[in-house]
Amino acid sequence: FWGCIQGLRGAYYIAEGLGPNRAAPRSRLYSLNCLDWSLLTPATKEMLALAEQLNGRFQGDPSFEYNLADINAEVAARLIEGGKEPVIKEEARLIATIEQIDRAVGIVPRGAFVKTPLGSVHENRHFEGLSLLEAKKLSSYFHFTEPVNLKNKTLLEKADLDPSTDFLDSLEHDIPRGSWSIQLEKGGTVVVLRSLLWLGLTFYHVPMTKQFGYVYFGTGEKNLDLPFML
Amino acid sequence: HGPYQPHEPGYGLDQPGYSPYEDEVPNPQARMLSIKNAKAYLLKTSTRSGLNLYDHFANMLTKILEEQPENTVDIIEDISKDVKWAQFRKKMDTLRDEHLILPIFEAAEKCKALFVNDGGEEEHEELDEEMPSLPNVMETAFYFEQAGIGLNKDESYYIFLSLKNLINVQPIQTCRFWGKILGLERNYIIAEVQLHEGEEEEETAEEEVETVAEEEKEMGEAEEEEGEEKEKEAEPPKSTYKPPPEIPREENGTGTNKYIYFVCNEPGKPWVKLPPVTPAQIVCARKIKKFFTGRLDAPIVSFPPFPGNEANYLRAQIARISAGTHVSPTGFYQFANEDEEEEEGDAFEENPEFEPPPVAEMVESLATWAHHVKGILKQGRCVWINPSQKSEENEEDDEEEEDKEDEGEEQEEERGLPLLTLISEDEGMKNIPAWTAQASTNLIPQYSVAILQSNRWPGAYAFASGRKFDYIYFGWGHKYSPESHTPALPPPAQTEYPSGPGITETVDPTVEEEMAFKIAQEEALAEEGDEGEEEE
Repeated sequence: FWGCIQGLRGAYYIAEGLGPNRAAPRSRLYSLNCLDWSLLTPATKEMLALAEQLNGRFQGDPSFEYNLADINAEVAARLIEGGKEPVIKEEARLIATIEQIDRAVGIVPRGAFVKTPLGSVHENRHFEGLSLLEAKKLSSYFHFTEPVNLKNKTLLEKADLDPSTDFLDSLEHDIPRGSWSIQLEKGGTVVVLRSLLWLGLTFYHVPMTKQFGYVYFGTGEKNLDLPFML
Repeated sequence: HGPYQPHEPGYGLDQPGYSPYEDEVPNPQARMLSIKNAKAYLLKTSTRSGLNLYDHFANMLTKILEEQPENTVDIIEDISKDVKWAQFRKKMDTLRDEHLILPIFEAAEKCKALFVNDGGEEEHEELDEEMPSLPNVMETAFYFEQAGIGLNKDESYYIFLSLKNLINVQPIQTCRFWGKILGLERNYIIAEVQLHEGEEEEETAEEEVETVAEEEKEMGEAEEEEGEEKEKEAEPPKSTYKPPPEIPREENGTGTNKYIYFVCNEPGKPWVKLPPVTPAQIVCARKIKKFFTGRLDAPIVSFPPFPGNEANYLRAQIARISAGTHVSPTGFYQFANEDEEEEEGDAFEENPEFEPPPVAEMVESLATWAHHVKGILKQGRCVWINPSQKSEENEEDDEEEEDKEDEGEEQEEERGLPLLTLISEDEGMKNIPAWTAQASTNLIPQYSVAILQSNRWPGAYAFASGRKFDYIYFGWGHKYSPESHTPALPPPAQTEYPSGPGITETVDPTVEEEMAFKIAQEEALAEEGDEGEEEE
């Protein structure tokens, strides 16, 4: 269960399907009432680019159409030239938003996944959980997407990395600094990380056990005011 | 070749004792020797780590057989690493490990304190009418749970117990769980409280005494300064800047300060009282947007500079959220005195003849809900006050400047919406309505609950079911705005001195003007000369 995006008139419940190779593209399903689920098409770059133009809350109706001409005339003009109508359906916006959230703030603890020599990513069955000390540090959590910063590290840092587990970007160097809030709850038995960039994304982990996961409950909007708020 | 048949040569040669190499059979001793050699090889100690392979294998197999994990062959390397790592733990250590107090133990101790029932006997004596009303947090939590809002049961119960502690400690009349605000390092749990009237007066009296003492000090200092000034000679010009008059905060018990708020970081920790809010703080809080860190004494670094620290900012946000989102079914409250509708109708009471509309109606039309908290005006107060009226009490020096002020600015009286306005009159932002109403379930309509979500303050919820209703806040404490937050620009540079004829540059007269002036002067002189001659 991935989470819930709240629209004005209704909420979307999202479920994600993962195969044995966790790095493969995921299939996503959405539902308005948790009974009838519909499959969402994978996100394309155009969808992502178009969805960035849209602001404001989700309406709660998947067939609602945003009129691009009102929002950004250039993009609309380009679309018209391409022979398509200058509208985006809310479904496409939903797909793009889920993909953005997963890419930007989908996190896992260090060591939970290993990369096999063949390139596929599997669960690490030997993962016993982070220790309490490690769990308080941002560097023990990774973004579960294609790494961006990994190659930029100095050789000295790279020597310390274990290529089977350290193949992802850690949270330490996220911009802006401080965009994650780490809290220990229940006297230190649960570590909760909340993202401040996408308000509503919550990640939990019970140290010294294999339990971890993240879920999104929110309005589906990026918090662009973050630099002012820190 | 296969098994040889009896008539073929080579039949029976593979049986022990019949092979052609019988005389060359390896000595059983030699076999033992080779086994010993292999074992000795395995026992060879590594010069680097002091381990040998034989013991390592033995340990590993022991561990595997004890634990019997699944798919051992896949994780055999990790098991090997673990066994080696285990070697590094010294078993014989003369130093005893300090008894580590786990943080979970400390937290459990604090929670245990909540469960202890102190002063059980005293409570029996006080069972008079003045028994403060402890809110039934679990019941409210149940209703909100129908909508998927709320904290988990353990935390709700801890909050329940810590509210009970709060009531025992402070002289409280009514109490309510207001909600939870998330912060970066720690969160805030907030209780809305009304103290007994005697307690509040004492506090205001203390504050008045303090302010009077301060004013006296200031007067004393001003006199001293005047004396000194006469002695000094050339002085830089005094600044004519007079800060705008400070708008006084509302009295405890009215308007924005109607309730007093207590906060704590976690249930079990002591409750801290938040200071009352001033209009300046509310006005500033509208312009900034900052995350709460979780520490009440943290400074707020922002522009425009916020007058106070995080405790004040928290109180200001609580005041704004309360004013914007505390609603009740229409008709539940009515004005105590109908004449007071226009003025500061703070007094409202429950309507005994209230009949709750059915849940379906509460969901469909927003006119069934009404605000019962006064909205905050632009000034930062609920009731408008004319700031220039206050200056009558000041000293004589100020009277002269008073006139100038009245001529310069005339602040318009601000009127807010009257007290019990329906929420259908709330403006939406762009095309987003201010409120979203839903029923908790469509499957069992007779027990469903009407839920109201605020879109202006994401995280504010209200529910109504028959005569029961309540409102709560779970969130980060910020208002929703469809546009991005733009910080206020710095004000323009102030003029150093007023411009007047003495310092403005005038245009030099042109040549013709000068000539005309000269001629006029000569004529005037000539006329005087004529007059003088005539007289003589």
